[in-house]
Amino acid sequence: MKKEKILMTGNEAIAEGAIQAGCRFYAGYPITPQNEIPSFMSTHMPDSGGVFIQAESELAAINMVYGAAATGVRAMTSSSSPGISLKQEGISYLAGAELPAVIVNIMRAGPGLGNIWPSQADYFQATRGGGHGDYHCIVIAPASVQEAYDFMYLGFDLADKYRNPVMILGDGTLGQMMEPLEIKQPKIKNYAKPWAVTGCKNRPRNIVKSFHLKEGDLETLNLSLQKKYKLIQEKEERYEGLYLDDAKIILVAYGTMARIAKSAMHKLRAKGKKVGLIRPISLWPFPKKIFQEIVSHKQSAKFLVAEMSYGQMVEDVQLAVNGKAKIDFLGRSGGGVPSEEDIIRLIK
Amino acid sequence: MKKIYSRPQSLRDVVNHYCPGCGHGIAHRLVAEVVDELGIREKVIGVTPIGCAVVAYDYWDFDCSEASHGRAMAVATAIKRVRPQNIVFTYQGDGDLAAIGTNETIHAANRGENITGIFINNAIYGMTGGQMAPTTLAGQKTATCPRGRDIKLQGYPLKISEILAGLPAVKYVERVAFDSPQGVIKTKRAIKQAFQNQIEGIGFSLVEMLSPCPTYWGMSPEDSLKWVRDVMSKEFPLGRIK
Repeated sequence: MKKEKILMTGNEAIAEGAIQAGCRFYAGYPITPQNEIPSFMSTHMPDSGGVFIQAESELAAINMVYGAAATGVRAMTSSSSPGISLKQEGISYLAGAELPAVIVNIMRAGPGLGNIWPSQADYFQATRGGGHGDYHCIVIAPASVQEAYDFMYLGFDLADKYRNPVMILGDGTLGQMMEPLEIKQPKIKNYAKPWAVTGCKNRPRNIVKSFHLKEGDLETLNLSLQKKYKLIQEKEERYEGLYLDDAKIILVAYGTMARIAKSAMHKLRAKGKKVGLIRPISLWPFPKKIFQEIVSHKQSAKFLVAEMSYGQMVEDVQLAVNGKAKIDFLGRSGGGVPSEEDIIRLIK
Repeated sequence: MKKIYSRPQSLRDVVNHYCPGCGHGIAHRLVAEVVDELGIREKVIGVTPIGCAVVAYDYWDFDCSEASHGRAMAVATAIKRVRPQNIVFTYQGDGDLAAIGTNETIHAANRGENITGIFINNAIYGMTGGQMAPTTLAGQKTATCPRGRDIKLQGYPLKISEILAGLPAVKYVERVAFDSPQGVIKTKRAIKQAFQNQIEGIGFSLVEMLSPCPTYWGMSPEDSLKWVRDVMSKEFPLGRIK
């Protein structure tokens, strides 16, 4: 039987995917280019028996997500770069209280108000914690409308599995473009949440908090978080690799930039150039192992990292490669997007 | 022998961390007594603030969630929306509810969230060392207005309860003071009313309590109660506002 596909924007696919993944709480505040997500949620979330709230600010929205997540409900918010900056305190609290939640960031260009053009300049604020304290969000980067939908299942599953905030990191292009989408409805794994605040009927009271004043308590918690992050780093690295067996030059790009890099790779291969691609899907944990494997087996491979930002992910590639291979960088920012030709020119 | 008075079931047997003469202990106990009397201990969820009462959850034997500074009303909104069968309240000081959290307070109230707000007004930031609060009185000396609050520079004490009372979705606002046994009785009655309203689905209710802070007012506990009665309650009139 031929699988039926529907046409959707990336933003709508994210919202549809979230509801299909069992998300029953959404709070957000308007900001371009992600406005289709709250619009979709405002009708479809109540229709699915969930709660939609247009919050008075990004601060209120992320703290509403915190409240809903504290009760054990699958909860999410979405925003774009300046709005994510505002949510970072709340995300730090989610990480500290070990609450599962999904935060969607459809990036626009900065710094400051910047503009509404697509960008990848939030890589640092997504993968380095972003807010205060020693913590990580799991960061997943879709590169198509189908992945935008599929990764909402993955995001909510990882959030529950590790009791950790998950950020879905896309850009304005991915959010706004339309592509055919197959609605898959995979099985959702339900995780027990004995820690949730639901009223202390027939059990001792539950307290959701990130405050640990007594000497040593916070260090103990932080060490247990580090243990969790190490496990996530071991188990959850994700990437797409193309022509890594014969490639002499390996392009490295994620999200929208990876689509452009992939087109450039095909054109170059048609001309006989041995070019491959690594597309990181998990940005944290960054897929280090594949880079380490390549540089330990193929002395001659070179990397070209392409970003819609001025050198952010390239730092993770440098850390993974650890000086064992040459790394070139191509980046544009402020709404500028490196083209196929820009990549081809550098490889010729 | 008949037992006529004991620790409420909802109040845990812990060492008091508040300063001598502080009002939080009274407010914590009154909340616990009301929760017991209404029989809601197993379905109540408290949302605790940042400030002196940051560890309020240590005192109560029911479910609680911490909220970041000022965001208790947003956290409580979400908890109540996804679990309308629970009884949800916030416990916040003046800095939390009426300075950094003013936006969340006004919008939760304006949406008519069916939640209960317990608002402790002691006209000062206690935990951080006695700085000027939105509710600090004109002329009152604090760590950040050592010459006294100058209304020309720092504005007037913010009467958030009166602001909230002007919103159509707000159903009940009362200001009380536990400066005397009668005041404690009135305070408990108001807390009970605010919880009862939620149980009956009436809507947003808030109780503001004028509360002593002897440490940062630089007064004895006894003089602090007198100051609540003679000075503070002149600026913040007691009684039902809505």
